[in-house]
Amino acid sequence: MADFRIEREVVIEAPVDVVWRTITEPDQITRWFADRVELELKPGGQGYLGFGKQGEQQGTAIVVETVDEPSRFAFRWNRPQDKYPEPANSVLVEFTLNAQGPERTHLRVVEIGLELVTWPDDEKHSYVEDHNGGWLQCFDRLAVLFPG
Amino acid sequence: MKTEPDDQLWSAIAEPSRRRVLDLLVSGGEATASELAEQVPFTRQAVSKHLVVLEEAGLVSRHKRGRDVLFRVEGRRLDEATRAMADLASRWDRRLDSIKRLAEAAHTKASERSRR
Repeated sequence: MADFRIEREVVIEAPVDVVWRTITEPDQITRWFADRVELELKPGGQGYLGFGKQGEQQGTAIVVETVDEPSRFAFRWNRPQDKYPEPANSVLVEFTLNAQGPERTHLRVVEIGLELVTWPDDEKHSYVEDHNGGWLQCFDRLAVLFPG
Repeated sequence: MKTEPDDQLWSAIAEPSRRRVLDLLVSGGEATASELAEQVPFTRQAVSKHLVVLEEAGLVSRHKRGRDVLFRVEGRRLDEATRAMADLASRWDRRLDSIKRLAEAAHTKASERSRR
């Protein structure tokens, strides 16, 4: 077991700028990820990802970490709701885009998060209570995988 | 099939030195705390603490043999953790698939428009 991370990739038959827009524009993000998306596309920009139907929505604040058009986009998410996402309490999601020709893009996503161990216990418990049975969100928050 | 892990399980695995201890038990079968301590760069006390956390999470169990206390991996629990983590990865696979479909559809549409 090496690093505690998830790493996935895909080859897309489209130019890199099209892929860039798909992963960074809020009205596109709602088509592959969250149900409600607010995003300020600049380093340090804040945003919100909401999951589920309106009214019963659960969500997380996000903070944009890297905007390097069209090759790198990264944000932090999933942390205690009353705290600003920082390296010590959040999961980093990083997209890397590589043009492999005018109409082909290699897209890689890495999700890294060791935050749980740095959380005080009462925060962990309140997070779990907030998400009352919403283990899906807890899964994503942790975002870990034994590689291979 | 239930793949949800619990908080305790995640915390237990999320710590790198604890994973090291778990790794050693996975590859070497059962071992005492002292035997494990010989193979890691931290103290026997630290190893014992890690073993307690792993045991509370159900990932290892202890067995007596004479005067020795042996620790052993609980395979079923470890499988559960591995499945849960594989589920996280497959979630990203689904998202990347959607990104691929969206971007390719947008590109096809743009190309058709420019050909007209």
